[in-house]
Amino acid sequence: MTDYFKEIFYGLKSLLIGMGITIRYCFSPVVTVQYPHETLKMPARFKGHIELIPDEQTGTSKCIACGMCQRTCPSGCISVDGEKPEGAKTKMMTSFMLDYTKCSLCGLCVESCTFSAIRHSMRYNLAGTSKQAYIIDLKKRLEESKK
Amino acid sequence: METILHYINLVLHVEPLRLLLYLAGLIMFVAANAAYLVLLERKVAGHIQLRIGPKENGPFGLLQPLADGIKLMTKQLLTPSGIDPILFRIAPVMVMVPAIMSFVVIPFSDSIVARNMDIGLLVVLAFATINFLGLLLGAWGSRNKYAIMSAARVVSQNIAYEIPMLVTIVAIIMVSGSLNMHTIVSQQLGGFWQWNLLNIKASLLMPAAFLIMFICMLAETNRAPFDLVEAESELVAGPFIEYSSMGFGLFFMAEYSNIVIGACLATILFLGGWGCPFGILPGVHWFLIKIYLLIFMVVWIRWTFPRTTFYGLLNLSWKVLIPVSFVNLILTSAMLKVF
Repeated sequence: MTDYFKEIFYGLKSLLIGMGITIRYCFSPVVTVQYPHETLKMPARFKGHIELIPDEQTGTSKCIACGMCQRTCPSGCISVDGEKPEGAKTKMMTSFMLDYTKCSLCGLCVESCTFSAIRHSMRYNLAGTSKQAYIIDLKKRLEESKK
Repeated sequence: METILHYINLVLHVEPLRLLLYLAGLIMFVAANAAYLVLLERKVAGHIQLRIGPKENGPFGLLQPLADGIKLMTKQLLTPSGIDPILFRIAPVMVMVPAIMSFVVIPFSDSIVARNMDIGLLVVLAFATINFLGLLLGAWGSRNKYAIMSAARVVSQNIAYEIPMLVTIVAIIMVSGSLNMHTIVSQQLGGFWQWNLLNIKASLLMPAAFLIMFICMLAETNRAPFDLVEAESELVAGPFIEYSSMGFGLFFMAEYSNIVIGACLATILFLGGWGCPFGILPGVHWFLIKIYLLIFMVVWIRWTFPRTTFYGLLNLSWKVLIPVSFVNLILTSAMLKVF
């Protein structure tokens, strides 16, 4: 008989505790981010697709087209081209294409780059209607970001 | 302003006009409640889960019910093959009409009541019982095994919870000596210490009786944690599974109207109706404040507790609520005899 009343008492008590928790949540601030209207800032170590780092003085790429990243890439998604202009000491990068459809974001290209010319970008909301949209011209992207 | 009130008074004294006005008013009240309680439900659910809830349509999502209504009305009204054509069509009406009818006898304030009947309480309880008959017929008519299973649940659940509710109400009727809801409220006016909820002179178990009544109201309206009938994860949508468009909309509106009726009944029987807790400015606003607080409680409970099992549901009724309500009844009659 005492068990019967105990069960009712503790049952009611636990129900009230549960209701206390939900009412506290009901009046605490919401955590929703209204996505199209507001976006979260990506954390510093977020790994998006790679991009070229602009040189602080000139604003152009630091890349000298050595081809290390192209050779390191296990998926073969980077293709770099460069030429040596007359009288210059180093090669100049003329095109830097990234096939993002194959990239697995392993980051080996960033690690292998001796000139700190590439890094991961903060882009995460990518959308496109064709495969072509993900073959990204990184040189063009750098020039556009400068403007 | 005074002339307008004067004319309203004149109109209200012509009986057919008065009835028509009340009918229109009550239907509007029921529809507005059904629409905006859905919004309240979604908002509270959102905030309990640290979300926002509807917010895109109008300021704070206030136009959401309108959008929902338009969406429901533009949907096709499907009638599956092999149904019982009469029962299938009559069921939503059978669920909705009693819900509106019950409001006829509910006194919103001292003067706002469509019909002040001496058997008002009985009328509300009788109409409340028709509601689940409508669900049963709809489920039977739609020739669907999920619907029939949930209809069987509706019936056994409603029978199990009708008993403690009625026994508790009988105790209240014994205290007040009347089935007229106006009289029952009039006896509780003056302040919260006069309410039946705290009427310890009549029975020591009155607060428990209110709790029983509230739990039974949750079960009768098939609300969580007693929503085994709808149980969307196992029975899809319960008895309404084959209904679409406004046929489904009517069931939905009836569900929310029944919650409002339950809150009205609890307010009238236990919380002093339109009386102010501190004895100042009694009026319809206090009635509305009380019922909406109770409705908020109902929504709050829904988003706190998971669904019970069928076994647990019947156990609670037959092992706890019914014995306690009978003890309350006996105690009330004994205390009425002694004091």
